[in-house]
Parts: sequence; structure tokens; C-alpha cells
Amino acid sequence: MRVGHPYIPNTREIREQMLREMGIASIDDLFADIPEKIRLKRALKLPRAMSELEVKRHMKAMLAKNKPFTQMLSFIGGGAWPHDIPSHVQALARRSEFVTSYTPYQPEASQGMLQTLFEYQSMIAELVGLDVANASMYDWASALGEAALTCARITRRKRFLIPKLISPERRVTLQTYVVGPGLEVAEIGYDRKTGRLDLSQLRAQLGQDVAGVYVENPSYLGFLETQVEEMSDAAHKAGALFVVGVNPISLGLLKAPGDYGADIVVGEGQPLGNPVSFGGPYLGIFACRGEMKLVRQMPGRLIGMTTTLEGGKRGYCMVLATREQHIRHERATSNICTNNALCAVSAAIYLASLGPQGLRGVAERCAANASYAMKKLNAIHGLKAPIFDAPHFNEFTLNCDGTRMSIEKLNSKLLERGIQGGISLRREFPELGETALLCTTELHSREDIDRLAEELEEIVGGQR
Amino acid sequence: MSYQQARWTEPLIFELSKPGRTAVSLPEKSPEGVNIPKKLLREQLGLPEVSEPQVVRHYTRLSQMNWSVDSGFYPLGSCTMKYNPKICEELAALETVTCVHPRQSEDTVQGALELIYKLEKYLAEIVGVSRVTLHPSAGAHGEFTGMLITRAYHKFKGEEQQRTEVIVPDSAHGTNFASAAMAGFSVVVVPSDARGRVDLDALKNAVSDRTAALMLTNPNTLGLFDDQILGITDIVHGAGGLLYYDGANLNGIMGKTRPGDMGFDIVHYNLHKTFSTPHGGGGPGSGPIGVTRELERFLPVPVVEYDRKRDHYYLDYDRPDSIGKINGFYGNFGVLVKAYAYILLMGAEGLTEAAETATLNANYIMRKLLGVKGYELKFDSGRPCKHEVVFSAEPLKRETGATAKDIAKRLLDYGVHAPTYYFPPIVHEALMIEPTETEPREELDHFVDALKAIAEEARSSPEKLRTAPHATAIGRLDEVKASREPILSWRMHKKSRPRMPTSSVEIIREMRARS
Ligand SMILES: Cc1ncc(COP(=O)(O)O)c(C=O)c1O
Repeated sequence: MRVGHPYIPNTREIREQMLREMGIASIDDLFADIPEKIRLKRALKLPRAMSELEVKRHMKAMLAKNKPFTQMLSFIGGGAWPHDIPSHVQALARRSEFVTSYTPYQPEASQGMLQTLFEYQSMIAELVGLDVANASMYDWASALGEAALTCARITRRKRFLIPKLISPERRVTLQTYVVGPGLEVAEIGYDRKTGRLDLSQLRAQLGQDVAGVYVENPSYLGFLETQVEEMSDAAHKAGALFVVGVNPISLGLLKAPGDYGADIVVGEGQPLGNPVSFGGPYLGIFACRGEMKLVRQMPGRLIGMTTTLEGGKRGYCMVLATREQHIRHERATSNICTNNALCAVSAAIYLASLGPQGLRGVAERCAANASYAMKKLNAIHGLKAPIFDAPHFNEFTLNCDGTRMSIEKLNSKLLERGIQGGISLRREFPELGETALLCTTELHSREDIDRLAEELEEIVGGQR
Repeated sequence: MSYQQARWTEPLIFELSKPGRTAVSLPEKSPEGVNIPKKLLREQLGLPEVSEPQVVRHYTRLSQMNWSVDSGFYPLGSCTMKYNPKICEELAALETVTCVHPRQSEDTVQGALELIYKLEKYLAEIVGVSRVTLHPSAGAHGEFTGMLITRAYHKFKGEEQQRTEVIVPDSAHGTNFASAAMAGFSVVVVPSDARGRVDLDALKNAVSDRTAALMLTNPNTLGLFDDQILGITDIVHGAGGLLYYDGANLNGIMGKTRPGDMGFDIVHYNLHKTFSTPHGGGGPGSGPIGVTRELERFLPVPVVEYDRKRDHYYLDYDRPDSIGKINGFYGNFGVLVKAYAYILLMGAEGLTEAAETATLNANYIMRKLLGVKGYELKFDSGRPCKHEVVFSAEPLKRETGATAKDIAKRLLDYGVHAPTYYFPPIVHEALMIEPTETEPREELDHFVDALKAIAEEARSSPEKLRTAPHATAIGRLDEVKASREPILSWRMHKKSRPRMPTSSVEIIREMRARS
């Protein structure tokens, strides 16, 4: 007897028996309605099927050509941040009852996912200081795109203001998202000394046509915006919405955006218990004030608390679906259907595990490491860290204009010594000179930072 | 048959909180202080404080109250809830996947780029397109990307101002309409004919020099292959429009026919359906799109290229006609690893066997259920379906008052997840059943028997349906109230507490008092 396929329980014998019972001569009869002309009359040109053992060997060998940051010292961040993920967080989020379920369309049979997502929404709400968070977008960049569209719908205006110092990934994604309704994205400059968004430029740009003002705090280049209240006031005075982008880890320490006037908060939830995995899957955070005017225009899925019909028990279900594509079709607030729920599950378990003290502890370690690194690197002749005179969270700029080396050269010398340096900003922001963006998290030890400083000193010194 | 889901009275994590508890330990603090002015710092953070054993029990219990493919049959139509091989999870959890940063230097990510490059090639062959991008995060994201490419194409030809309409059949999934609208198109709906196909005369009337594209899934949402497909592509192409293929239903035709050969210009894939990456309780998925040679120039940046001479993979951003970017990096890489593994495990033969068996299983259910009083096919019962079959429970409703929703809820008591219901909208009391290839015949028989038994119950003891489900963690919920007076977070709940009846904690307290 021919051995069956491991994932296909109906063996050839069973299938033939089923066909016989159905009075069908051959499986091909089930495909007879495909016009002859477009039937595929050959096998697909793919590698031959492999056993699990062969696949494991093949893929492990291929993936071994990657160098994970666990095998080198890395200072790269910029919108994806390596953090420790507690073992139990991974173990719980990988439970197959979560992993192999889908959108909780049948709330009675899916209370586990629903309550977990409700808890996720609740913890994000606490973190950002707003009443409502949805049950996930794809990532920060796409959440920002959706935020701009949301602002335009609410205000019926067509201009969206963003800081000039923003990651190119997010800026380009935003610009792609707003093509449909034809929104204009305009950049606000920054103060050369502190990096801060230029308030007077912002005020000058704010008019009756501005739907939203977006700032990031911490900024893409790691410094903190110290005039967020003023920005919020300026935006609101002009009738625009105030949107803030965050690294959620920073909110273990920093003031919640909802407390300084944010109407909408977006951000990258990846650092909350999700690995960096070469860019995805990540977790788009999208939160807003509890006002129904905003909530009704919000994209994505929302889980609400309710009771059983007879009223005795608490339960959870999807709510306000009339905003969504399956009901509202082309008038939906977004087309999003499948989202990144499992990443939200990881985030919920991560936040519940850390609690206020733990998250504060992680944030403090990230920030303290950065301030130690800045101090050490800035002391090296020819290097400047940071280039902006401002408080920083866990990322900072490193400039090597004082050496005769380009930042790329510096990075490749570091790589030769087993260190992944920062992101070169040469192409993104040429006006900043030979500058890179470096990141530290709780993963870095004092020795790691000392080593970076020593290697840099040698590289820079050796060149003189 | 008897089934009972776990039924914990599990409080919210916030209700387990006690000051000072934590579930983590952190490395020693650096002596260097935090250098941030006090006025920027927060004073309070309302996260729960719980220990590790409590966190583990809490989320383990919640997981036990969650139906999944690994729990049992999940014939949720249009979602392809097939079994997800464990090896794929193991590979995606390797450090050489999870601990690789998207902005690391190219030399240190050659394995990742090679995987992307090869997966693109395999996917292109499977649907017959020239080039694939793996960036989109889900099917709808792929649709949006495809619609932006459609826009870019017409702009390139100088017809952007004129081509403002996208045609979508009335049987289409909601995302199609929404994606077209998000890209700035107006949507023109065409009806289905008596056999559930696109009505060709209506399509002829709908196309014009305003037509930018037609979005179509084939097999369609009725599970039927539209055999007039070549006529459809001729009409749309003849009018200067593009053809967009919604790949949600690829599992019914893989290895048998290819959208590219049918004449589609843009094709999306749902890797979380056809290619067995798990659905994660709602995601993450992955929704790559493939395009014809003519449309390659518009694909999102960066594109992965291979330099044969240097045996080096690299990211190419230098693509002036690109639509730009649709998310932060290069797509859901962790998901791509699973799809790549799946394709290698299956091979050409395995993928074809999957499509054939998925189709056989759906037809088996169709045959077994056909003639059962209470259920009927609205469209074309003479032809085979593909990977799914859509029954209407309208006869049962007429006879007993039981709705498709009642049937779906009652199925949960039989240890089966409900089919998709009330979709597609062109079938009243629709039950959309997609068994996939990973179910044994015994499970299909059980499912059919359950539907028969439920039809009987609708006649003999209708309250069993109306009050179903009984075997799940909880009974039917007040979903109307949930949307009318939304409580969307713990904060909102605390503010609205008087409105809510007893909390779980209070229930527990009551139970204790009673016993
Ligand atoms: C027919 C059809 N098209 C499109 C989609 C959207 O795909 P996704 O949920 O991955 O965004 C779905 C998913 O449910 C679908 O069933």
C-alpha cells in the first residue's frame, strides 16, 4: 500500500472510495469545468517534495548565512528594537490554541482570544493614556498611514503635517497610503541645535486645511520632544488632530501622550514581546480618545466587554463592526481584515508580566545604557554623540565628521571586529554629515558598551 | 458525540493584580542614571502586577477557552483553516530568523534575502506571474497594493484622471470594495448570473474607458469555478482595464490551473490560507502579490535582487516607478519562513494533491448534504464545487424559524467550529463550508451528521438551537449592547462600572459564599 501524506489524512485509497460512493469516475471530473485552454497540463516547476528532516537541514543551512545579533554585538534599532522576551511569554503566545485559531467570529467558542485582546487593548490604553486601542494594525508605518486617513475623514481636511526627522520607511509608507484620497503630506523642519520640531514653522503651517499634526516622541533620532504640550495646543487651535508616534517601551518612563493632548497614538508594538524577525510580523498600535466621533472613524478590530444574553455572565465580543469592510464595503474606515492579533497576544502577556515596575525597569535600563554610551563615545576624539543637545531615550546619533572617515567606513571597520554599528543616516539626512543612529536596550551590558568604545577608539585613533 | 469546552471563570488580568508582584527579573541596573528631565516623566502607570505562575495560569486557561485548528474541525469558509505543520513553527523560531534585524548590513542577512528571493520565484510559478513582492501583510493589504499598482499603471499610460472605476462582483469579499476605495477608486458592482458566475452582459455594460480594473476571485465565493473566465478577461482587457485576482481561494485550483494563464495581471496570495501559515487568532498573515512583466516596475521598494557574479543578494531601492512602500520593512518575514518550508515539504505533487483533496472533501460534503431537508444549493447544483461549498438554510428557516446563525451556534455544541455564515451576501441564510484537505473522512461524516441532526432538532426541539451554544465556555452574548454601549478597555469599564452587572471576581465571591 502506498504510504499517505502526513498532512492529508484521506489517503489515495480513501479518496478513491469516496469518489466511488459519489459516483464520480476520477478526481479530474471535479475540475472538468476549467476550460481546456487554461488547464495546467504539466507539473508545477518546484523543487521536489522533501521530508521534514531534509527541510530542516536545508533551511537551517540557508538561514545560517544570517548573522543574528546574538552572535555579534549590535547597536542597531531605528524602528525595530531587540529586547529580551521572557521565556514564559514565548511559551504562552505559542500555545497552539492561540496560534491556530482565527478571527473570533464565534465569541462563545473564542473567549480566550477575545479576553486576551481586550486585555491588550486595555494595557495599551493605560500605556498611552487614552481610552481606546484597537486589536492591532500591521505595523507602525501602516498604522501611521491609517492615522492620516482617519484624521482626514474626521476633519474633512487634506493636509497632514509630519516632522522632517522621521524614518524614511514611515515617511514613504505614509505617502503611499494617502495617494487614494490625495492628501498632501508636508514636513516641518527642526531646530539645528536640539533636533526639536520647529514650533514657529509648525504654527506657520497650521491652517484651516490641516487634518492632523504628527510628531514622534521619542523621535526617530532618539531625542525627546520637550514642547509637546505647545504642539498639541497649536494643532487643536487650528482644528487639527494631534497624533503621536511612540516606542511603547519608552512609556514605562515617559509621560503618556494622552496626558499631553494626543487624540490618536500610533506606534510599533514589536518591542513588547515580539522578535525583530527581519522586519515582521510586527504590531501596529492604534489608539484614540474615547469620544465616539473618533472611535467611529477608527480602523481595525475592536473587542468589547458585554454580558451573556440572559445577563448573568461577563463576556467579550467584537464590536462596532459597522465601521469595517465586511459590513460597510467601500465605505468602511479601512480595508483591514486579517491583522496582527497574535503579536498583540504576545504584547498583552509581555505587559502583564512586566507590570508598571518591570516596564519602568526595562525603560530605565535602555535609557541609562544610552546615556552611558553617549558619554563614552563622545569622549573619543573626533566623535560626537549625540549631535543634538537634548534628552534622549534609548537611541542617539553618533557623528564622525571630526575624523577623516565616512560613517560607512566606520561601520564596516566595526563589522570586521564583530560589531554591527548604527544605521547610517548619510542618505536619509545628508545635512547631518557623517552620522549614524545607534540603539541600546536592556540587552546591552556595560562591558558591551565599553567594548564598542574601545574598538571605536582604536579605529578612529589608528587612522590618525 | 459529546463535547464540552473548558469553562473557567477567569477574571481580567487587572483583577489579579496586587502591589509589588511581577513576573520578570531584570539584569542589574547600570550605575549610570537616566538623564531625562522630570517634567517629561510619568507619575503613574496602570498596568497589572502579577507573578509568573499567575500569568501562566491565566493565559493557559484563556487559551483553553479558544477553538483552534488543533482543537478540531474548523470549516470556516473562505479562510482555509488547514492544519499547520509544527516544523514550520520550529523553523520560524530559529535565532537565525527571530534575532535578525531588518537594517543589519546586507552581508549579515544573506540567508534571509535568499529565502525571500526563492519564495518569490516559487510563488510566481504557482500562479503564473512574472514577479512577486512579499511585502503585503495580509490579503487586504495585497489588494490595496494591487490597486495602487493599477493606479500607477494608468498614470504611466496617461489615463489616471480618466480610469476611476473598479468593478467588483456582488459576491465579492468586503475587502475588495474597501481596498479599491482606499486607493481612491469608485466601485461599480456587477451582479452574478443564475449559475453564480459574473453576468457577462452586465459586465459588458459596466466596462468603459473609465474602467481601471476588475477584481475577481475564481473559484468565486460560492466555491464555483467561473468557466467564462476567458470571456471576462477579454471584456475587461478590451476596455483597457486590468484584471486583479483575489487569491483567497487558491487552495481549490493549485496545480490545476493558474490565474496568470487565465489572463489576470495582478494576483494576490493569502499565505495564511493556501500556504498553511497559521492564522494567529486573526493574524499575522501575509498577502504577497504577483504581477505581469509590464507591471513589475511599479512594485513596492525594496526589491530583492541577486548578483550572480558575486553570489550576493541585495535590496534594490532604485526603482523610480515604484508605488513606494506599504509597510516598514520587507513583509512578515517570520510568516514567509513558514510558507517557504511548507512549499518545500509539499513540492509540486503535494500542492496539487492538497488542491485535489480539498476539492474532493468539499464535494463529498456537498453530495452528502444534498437532498437533506432544510438545506439547499442556490446556484448550480449540477456542477462540482471547488474547495468550498455554500449551502442555504433558507428552507429550514421557512419551515422552523431557525436561522443560519442558530445552526452555526448549535454546531459548536457538536464539537465543530461554525462555517462562515451570511456570506456571500447573494445567498440567503448562507452556510459557507470549507473543509480543506487536512480533515479525515470521519470528520466530514461527523459534520454532515451534525447538520442533519440539527435540522431535526430545529423541528423537534427548536429551543435547543435558539439557546445554543451550550457546550462552549460561555453562552450567547449580548452583541447589540456591546456595540451600543461600548466598553473597550479596563479604563472604560472602571468608569462605567455601575452599568455592568457582576464582575467575574464578584461571581467567584458569590459562589464561595454560597458553598
Ligand atoms: C475572498 C476573500 N478575499 C479577501 C480576503 C482578505 O484577506 P485578509 O483577511 O488576509 O486581509 C479574505 C479573507 O478573509 C477572503 O475570504
